[in-house]
Amino acid sequence: MSGARRLLAGLNRRPQLAAASLLGPGTLWLLLFFFVPIAVVFAYSFMTRGVYGGVTGGFTLEHYRRFLDPLYLGVFRRTVTLAVSCTVLCLVVGYPVAYTIARAGRWKNLLLFLVVVPLWTSFLVRTYALIFLLRDTGFVNAVLLALGVVREPLVLLYTPGAVLAGLVYGYLPLMVLPIYVSLEKLDPTLLEAAEVLGARPLARFWRITLPLSAPGVVAGAMLVFIPALGAFLTPDLLGGAKQMMVGTLVQNQFGAARNWPFGSAASFILMAVVLVAVLAYLRLRDRAPMEAVA
Amino acid sequence: MTDTGPQSSDLVVQLSRASKRFGTVTAVDAVSLDIRRGEFFSLLGPSGCGKTTTLRLVAGLEEPDDGDVRLLGEVVNRRRPYERPVAMVFQNYALFPHLDVRRNVAFGLEQRRVPADRIRERVRRALGLVRLDPDTYARRMPSQLSGGQRQRVALARALVIEPAILLLDEPLGAIDLKLRKEMQLELKALNRQLGITFVYVTHDQEEALTMSDRIAVMNQGRVAQVGTPAEIYENPRTAFVADFIGECNFFDGTVAERDGAVATVARDDGLRFRIPAVNGVAPGRAVRIAVRPEWHDVWRPDEVPPAENALPGVVRDVVYLGETVHVLVRLPEGADARVALRNEGQLTKPVPWRAGDQVAIGWLPEDCQVLEEE
Repeated sequence: MSGARRLLAGLNRRPQLAAASLLGPGTLWLLLFFFVPIAVVFAYSFMTRGVYGGVTGGFTLEHYRRFLDPLYLGVFRRTVTLAVSCTVLCLVVGYPVAYTIARAGRWKNLLLFLVVVPLWTSFLVRTYALIFLLRDTGFVNAVLLALGVVREPLVLLYTPGAVLAGLVYGYLPLMVLPIYVSLEKLDPTLLEAAEVLGARPLARFWRITLPLSAPGVVAGAMLVFIPALGAFLTPDLLGGAKQMMVGTLVQNQFGAARNWPFGSAASFILMAVVLVAVLAYLRLRDRAPMEAVA
Repeated sequence: MTDTGPQSSDLVVQLSRASKRFGTVTAVDAVSLDIRRGEFFSLLGPSGCGKTTTLRLVAGLEEPDDGDVRLLGEVVNRRRPYERPVAMVFQNYALFPHLDVRRNVAFGLEQRRVPADRIRERVRRALGLVRLDPDTYARRMPSQLSGGQRQRVALARALVIEPAILLLDEPLGAIDLKLRKEMQLELKALNRQLGITFVYVTHDQEEALTMSDRIAVMNQGRVAQVGTPAEIYENPRTAFVADFIGECNFFDGTVAERDGAVATVARDDGLRFRIPAVNGVAPGRAVRIAVRPEWHDVWRPDEVPPAENALPGVVRDVVYLGETVHVLVRLPEGADARVALRNEGQLTKPVPWRAGDQVAIGWLPEDCQVLEEE
């Protein structure tokens, strides 16, 4: 027996050792680059700010209190609203796309490929492309002007709509893919059974297809909602200063404003919201066998 | 075998030269069938013979490319399944995994907008019909049921809508043998009790023989023969049917002479045997006959009764099967003929043949089936 084979055979006999050696590297990685930084940020959020950035020890709840200022609560409200709107829009646009692809037979792979293609290019580059589309002299306005639909260019850029459009554009594949997977798994015989039992197309969708694809919908919603909540690139580039979101706020505090503790507190509040969302997701998922999931 | 000419109103399912093609493959090829009210009708054949597609044509899950499908006398070619008086039990049961037993069974009634209290009552009754205790099982999810229980739920879900026609697509395929035998009898009893016409797809010849009033044997998209189990078994029309249903020995030859009700056939090796002179048997015609193993006898070569046909051979093996003992006899042309002898107790009255014995296989001229060409 070669050394490697002997090692594998040994691991086979000791499942705990095998588990440890499989999980070890990942655990170490997360401890070092996820847990430790988070702990540092958490600690920072209770410290006093340093003059040139950084922190100077101490303990204060000032930064959390500061977040309750109407100014920041407004930012927070706008962020949640945008993230929810983005999730809903992604669902409304993405579900029919996923549904069509799941039924596209031999075109399936090509269509899936097309959904994923945008992810090949840097998000930054694609967001700049959106700027070219949406600005006063951009493509959309040029077409509208040429068609005589409008006399003056519409203000599209640096609006909540532009941010929403950018977020939906960016996260749409994250909605389409999980829904596609759950629709793809759906046994077509179930729909035939429903049809023979008297269900017309719409009834089949509501009673069979939608409930059985619910896990995909919930997963897609999580995949879109969480990054949308923390997004900073899109609101920064497409929303400008007026459309600040919590993500841009955090970036700002660590950057230009040099208020690391406040930035830390803001990001922890954001994380709390995400945590609530994830818990809600887990509850939905665990309840699912009764109502939604196979 | 004489049909008393059923009234056309009694024909619940009628296929008239119905065809279904998938690309270049003709799955169902000009199939004509008449299925009578209340009948237990089986579509029997090997996989790929078109039996399931035929069933789907009746269900409305496929539309015929040619020909007509009539249900209760009406042409329904383009009607969707939910516009037909049918229910179906699928091969893999197709229970809705997200609904409990109660909601699965109620599904068809909910689609028909039956009031809730009526639904509750009819679901209980349907579960009782398939012998599932509603109090124990109504709230279970399909994943919490055994294969046999799922099968019963699927059956209840189909029966609860009180269809005129119940279509069953190999419903017992995934159930173990003992339970399968039990379910066969139960299905048969339900068919009698409810007066619903059952159309049953199976590849299991024994199952078809056990349960059916009539069987359509299918091969390569066509109906090879329709008849009662006894007709199919005892008078198979083609070699395919004879071979597919039960076991058979085949003998070929050319008709040498015809004398009244009996014709004599000469084999290539010059040996002769007699057959009933049925239609189409004329001197010079090549014929093939089928003889069931249990229609044969084994004789010592010099003891063959004069009334029987006989072919010489050598015993190759004696196989003990419990109810019967099979004697495999190698014939001059090198083929094995199988002879089934009733087991009268191998410990007390053993079969006298051993491998290597010179014997003759015999059969009465009327105990054979003259086959048609396919």
